[in-house]
Amino acid sequence: MGGAKTDVKRYPGLGLFVVLFFFYLYLPIAVVVFFSFNASKLASIWGGFSMRWYESALQNDALLDAVKTSLTVATVASLVATTVALMAALVLVRGKGVKFRKTSETIVNLPLFLPEVVLAVAVLLLFSNIGLQQGVTKLIIAHTTFCIPFAFLPIRARLQGMTLDLEEAAQDLYAGPWTTFRKVTLPTIAPGVFAGAMLAFVISMDDFITSVMLNAGGATTLPVYIFSLIRSGVSPELNAISTLIILVSLVLASIALALQRRS
Amino acid sequence: MKRPGFNFWGLLPAQLIMLLTMIIPIGIIVVVSFSTRGAYGGFDYIFSLESYQRLLFSVGWTDELEFNPQYLLIIGRTILLAATTTAICLLISFPAAYFIAQRQGQLKVILLYLVTLPFWVSMIVRVYAWLIILGKNGVIDGTLSKLGIVDNLGSLLFNNGAMLVGLVYSYVPLMILPVYASIEKLDPALIEASHDLYGGRWKTLFRVIAPLCKPGMVAGAVLVFIPSLGAVIEPMLLGGGKKMMMGNLILNQFGMDRNWPFGAAVAVVMMGLVMAVMILNALRAARKQAETA
Amino acid sequence: MSGTLADKTADRGKSVEIKAVSKRFGSFEALKTVSFDIYDNEFFTLLGPSGCGKTTLLRMIAGFERPTGGDIALKGKNIDSLPPHKRRVNTVFQSYALFPHMTLEENIGFGLQNLGWDKERQRERVWQMLQMVHMQEFRLRKPTQLSGGQRQRIALARALAPEPEVLLLDEPLSALDLKLRQAMRNELQALQRQTGITFIFVTHDQQEAMDMSDRICVLGDGQVQQLGTPREIYEDPANRFVADFIGESNFLAVNVLSVAGDKAKVRTPFGFDIEARQKAAQPKTRAMLSLRPEKITIGDRGAAATMEGEIIQQNYLGTHSQYVVRVGETDVLVTSANDRNDTMGYEVGETVSLGFDPASARVLGE
Repeated sequence: MGGAKTDVKRYPGLGLFVVLFFFYLYLPIAVVVFFSFNASKLASIWGGFSMRWYESALQNDALLDAVKTSLTVATVASLVATTVALMAALVLVRGKGVKFRKTSETIVNLPLFLPEVVLAVAVLLLFSNIGLQQGVTKLIIAHTTFCIPFAFLPIRARLQGMTLDLEEAAQDLYAGPWTTFRKVTLPTIAPGVFAGAMLAFVISMDDFITSVMLNAGGATTLPVYIFSLIRSGVSPELNAISTLIILVSLVLASIALALQRRS
Repeated sequence: MKRPGFNFWGLLPAQLIMLLTMIIPIGIIVVVSFSTRGAYGGFDYIFSLESYQRLLFSVGWTDELEFNPQYLLIIGRTILLAATTTAICLLISFPAAYFIAQRQGQLKVILLYLVTLPFWVSMIVRVYAWLIILGKNGVIDGTLSKLGIVDNLGSLLFNNGAMLVGLVYSYVPLMILPVYASIEKLDPALIEASHDLYGGRWKTLFRVIAPLCKPGMVAGAVLVFIPSLGAVIEPMLLGGGKKMMMGNLILNQFGMDRNWPFGAAVAVVMMGLVMAVMILNALRAARKQAETA
Repeated sequence: MSGTLADKTADRGKSVEIKAVSKRFGSFEALKTVSFDIYDNEFFTLLGPSGCGKTTLLRMIAGFERPTGGDIALKGKNIDSLPPHKRRVNTVFQSYALFPHMTLEENIGFGLQNLGWDKERQRERVWQMLQMVHMQEFRLRKPTQLSGGQRQRIALARALAPEPEVLLLDEPLSALDLKLRQAMRNELQALQRQTGITFIFVTHDQQEAMDMSDRICVLGDGQVQQLGTPREIYEDPANRFVADFIGESNFLAVNVLSVAGDKAKVRTPFGFDIEARQKAAQPKTRAMLSLRPEKITIGDRGAAATMEGEIIQQNYLGTHSQYVVRVGETDVLVTSANDRNDTMGYEVGETVSLGFDPASARVLGE
């Protein structure tokens, strides 16, 4: 350890800085979790330990409805987006002689290059022009669009990391295109496909701007519902709901990150 | 080996979705921004420059145009906040990413995981958390007055600073990942070579490490700047609706203010700003390529 | 030697026929027009420096690339229109390309399954293959749990399992360390004899090629430079490229005085004339005299051609020593076996006499 001071890659004070950085990252999450167990009615003044806000949260029908809407939208949108993204990635990474490859890839990733509020306006105007009324359908279509690049990027990364010779070896051993895809390509890129689907799911669950813009249809998603709760005043029940959301997000994130890491 | 037609059929769904739900609707935004506000909200397809005029002027008592900077102020604030957010994210991310990249084995994996984790938590929950921390009787106010350091600090919310804290918190993971990737790729022998050639720590940092990590920093800056420009939740909750950003302005026009053409015009301005950033970035990349070629 | 080869191949069928095959990638000409036949039960090597087109040619036989011009026939049948999975050839990849998500057993059985063999026959063949490469006890492992040499063996077993007409090997030994590489050479050669399958082996390592092959095709600059047995290629190089690429050689600029049949009379830079076997030499022109360093002896005054020079460099290499001798204005490379204990070799600065038999020299066109 005597070498620490002479190690050329070390900078003084960096460790302290990083500790503060992690404090900044986790303080808000810790605060929400902490106050969710607050017995007091005030959101940020401690009045003893209690689970009562979890009980009332789980009996809140409006909340459960919002969760149901969000889950429906996120499940359908992420499944469609992942399928579409997987097909696009196969062509863009593996296809031979694809014309306009760069342009096509930019188009698939288009939602990443625009602030979401612009996208929200775009779909709002689209739906008002074609006269689509059904709330959930509108949400699913809009969410599918902006989920596609989030599903696409991990799949593409995985495909790019997969050397061509595995597929060539399969063909060499008498596997046709479909067998090659099913038995060699798909198992190899499966972690990327799962990670992409998971990311798309979380992005859809998390969406606020598009959902609030399209809200007229009457389908309230979870973030929109939470926003309305915040508007009506900070409450411990909100903390309990937030804690549950944090818990679910962290579990999903851990699964997705673990999948991405496994090579 | 040859999948006849798969190149076409495989790409078609993605392209079709983007065409129908993004490219064509963006065209509609542009058209609507040049049309007339409808009598009961919505819009009529009658050509008008009214919305763009409204960005700069307001109509006075006697129908004369008066220069009114209220919207320019919002646009200016948005650009300033987005730029500041990007700069702060970069300043925080670089040392943190550097620190993580220098760790070994499991520790590195864990730290990287911990850095990404908060990003997966719902944005609205993360911004809401700052409401509890910064608000009146919130964590900071409450703790300080309990300790008797400051009495009645009150709310720290509803100012540019609070918005900045929230914006940085929301988007810092988008910066740290690309910066980390570029530091991780850096050959440690280059740092050693710099020291070997009598470059000190700081000289090495500015002359060797930072220039080599520039691609990652630029990528991160674009990733942070674009969503910051369109931020809606942070100004709504932490800015309290008084300190508006362009995103709120747009949302309001399609919501309670019901002036769709004007909302569309602001959206067009926002797209223009994003385009400007992308073009600058592309020019920079092209110039760099020309230098190395 | 070439006579015995002709005997050996006369009654043999052709495994692969390369008929005027060429390949371009955009504006890059990877392979100019090449034509040759590969016979049944032959260990055939494509040898050349990187970028000579040898891997491209192999990939065209496997079906991963399509020729720009010409045809390839397998067992007399044109296979140009067949995709890789319909060609009865198998490849041992440079990276081995073992499927990481399958066990060794599943890897070896993959081709058999795709060919629609029945389960029992598949199981038997997989076991037989595992035995052949002495890996039975590893059958349920995944490729990541193997060493480089073991992976190499499984890759071989997997490619041989479907009993291909031809086995293609793409620099399969390049990832192994020296000792293992030597052992695998012997093993590969034995496998080829044992299975009777035609092997087409791609390498840039001339030692490897000489060691294992029945015939070698030297490729350079996208063209066939020479095709022959290892001995023919070493002793009778067709041109400077082959003489230079295979082993080491002195290239001496000479003037051709006269040409008669396969002999040419040339004036050497050492002032005397010799008569040696020639290829592509024209009278009254300049040519190259190729002379292998081990064909020159030091201190030999009885040889047909002798000269004197000063040793200017000396390298001790264990089994032999290498000297650079300056003769007039020409530096000559000489190797001398360290097969005796009583001599200490020669020192830098010593003047020595050199001798060689003109029969071992070759006159090559410039």
